[in-house]
Amino acid sequence: MPSKINANNVKTWQVRDRNGQLFRWALWMGAAILFYISWMRISDQTTWYFFFDAPRIAADIGGRAFPPRWEYIFSLGKPIWDTFNIATLGTIIALTIAVPVAFLAARNTSPKLPLHPIIVRLIPRFIHNFVKKVTGQDMVSVGIVRPLALLVIVSTRSINSLIWALLLVSIVGPGVFAGLLAISIRSIGFCAKLLYEAIEEIDEHQVEAVKATGASGWQVMVYGIVPQILPAFAGIAVFRWDINIRESTVLGLVGAGGIGLQLQGSLNILAWPQVSLILGVILIAVIIGEFISAKVRAAII
Amino acid sequence: MSAQLEDFVGKPWRKPHFITNPFWRWSLIVITVVYLILAIGSLEVSWQRVYLGLERGWRFIVGFSQPDFESRWSDIYDGMVESVIITITSTVVGIAISIPIALGAASNIAPMPVYLLCRGIISVSRALNEIIVAILLVAIFGFGPLAGFLTLSFATIGFLAKLLAEDIEDMNKSQAEAVRSTGASWLQWVNFGVQPQVMPRLIGLSIYRLDINFRESAVLGLVGAGGIGATLNTAFDRYEFDTVAAILIMIIATVMVLEFLSGYIRARVQ
Repeated sequence: MPSKINANNVKTWQVRDRNGQLFRWALWMGAAILFYISWMRISDQTTWYFFFDAPRIAADIGGRAFPPRWEYIFSLGKPIWDTFNIATLGTIIALTIAVPVAFLAARNTSPKLPLHPIIVRLIPRFIHNFVKKVTGQDMVSVGIVRPLALLVIVSTRSINSLIWALLLVSIVGPGVFAGLLAISIRSIGFCAKLLYEAIEEIDEHQVEAVKATGASGWQVMVYGIVPQILPAFAGIAVFRWDINIRESTVLGLVGAGGIGLQLQGSLNILAWPQVSLILGVILIAVIIGEFISAKVRAAII
Repeated sequence: MSAQLEDFVGKPWRKPHFITNPFWRWSLIVITVVYLILAIGSLEVSWQRVYLGLERGWRFIVGFSQPDFESRWSDIYDGMVESVIITITSTVVGIAISIPIALGAASNIAPMPVYLLCRGIISVSRALNEIIVAILLVAIFGFGPLAGFLTLSFATIGFLAKLLAEDIEDMNKSQAEAVRSTGASWLQWVNFGVQPQVMPRLIGLSIYRLDINFRESAVLGLVGAGGIGATLNTAFDRYEFDTVAAILIMIIATVMVLEFLSGYIRARVQ
């Protein structure tokens, strides 16, 4: 047991031995230095006069923003409807694509198409070793479908929906359609990831029981796997819908439709009473969305 | 029972319906169909514009096959460094603030008034979208990474404090009790009775949040709060899709490395 001898020559208990203690100290030291360097860079780029002036500015903006311009709410009806549609239709589109992707990505349902031996020979040795180290399996037996499905999941998931919206606005033009596509694409990776984890955790005995009746591959899927992941699927759908409501409220900032468009317009002309009203409406929409999603999830699980 | 069994004999089995009450089932179907018709009807898609844009979409895809790292390298480098810096500082400060708030928001530790206050802070932080907070903070503190740092620190509190508080509420009471029975002070009790139980989860959540903060810092630049987002926005505005591809590849690569790292560390500590 680690201990140290103090000034009075008495052994006292310690949580860690000397090496462990030193290692921790070094770790903390390194983290502190990293934080200090990072902070100095932010500090260099900040005009501290503005920082200390901030309370006055905040009070000034607050004073302009209240009371909200209540009659403006009548022109928010259509934007709110658009926002709701972007979130809902986006979730539906994303789920229809995410389900097959998830089945292709899950270890136990992914079809094992082996790589052609010529392709295998073309791939450098270190990539083989890397794949073996990461997945614990030989690259040839991992196949090609699962990595592709995982690539779809990672690439759609790691880019924020606002960036997708930015891209799609420049491709399909500004409007609700760009926002809808952005939300759909961003949600594919999220839903597929959670879904394939659920598929990997199913009870294989049930699948085997259905297989034992002589069911075909599709029948095994429909009667053995789908009933097991249905609760998880519904939970994921409602969870993502809730997140999409939040995200679709700001898509308008880059021109992709919804209530964010009104927010951007009001900010540009410094119409603070309208901004405060829009923020209030967004907050209420988000709270309603979260309430519905919590209720539905409590009913399912 | 046997009469019912007689009815089943000779008939094929049919899957029971998901919603058993036929009234609810049919009204749900009707509502869904009506909503879909209304919603799709209110979508205004100008297919001509989409057709014109396809050429740009193709250039974007081509851009991915030959990303241009060189011509705007200094901008990309500055943006990435700024994003990383915002990520590190906001995660550290966010964690430091959320630990006391998590202790206050755990119903088995905190007294009622403290509990309500801390839960209030958490729900405010969770209800406000990062981008909206960033817009307000940019208006107040001016352009630059400080606004991004403050935004992400604030957002970290809602996420980390909520999940950590739930973990504290789930902890093993007898361990904490054992420490308390040695005559430990409150601080010692938290440090030796509570902290070791939640530490693996805290490390896992912190690294996960580091990952999220990096992703978010990539978009904060769109509203002027510093980071790679500003560079990305400029590249989009100039239709320089090869530079866009380079930036996106760097973001995806960083996120993948972080995700791999977080998986590795979480597997080690748990």
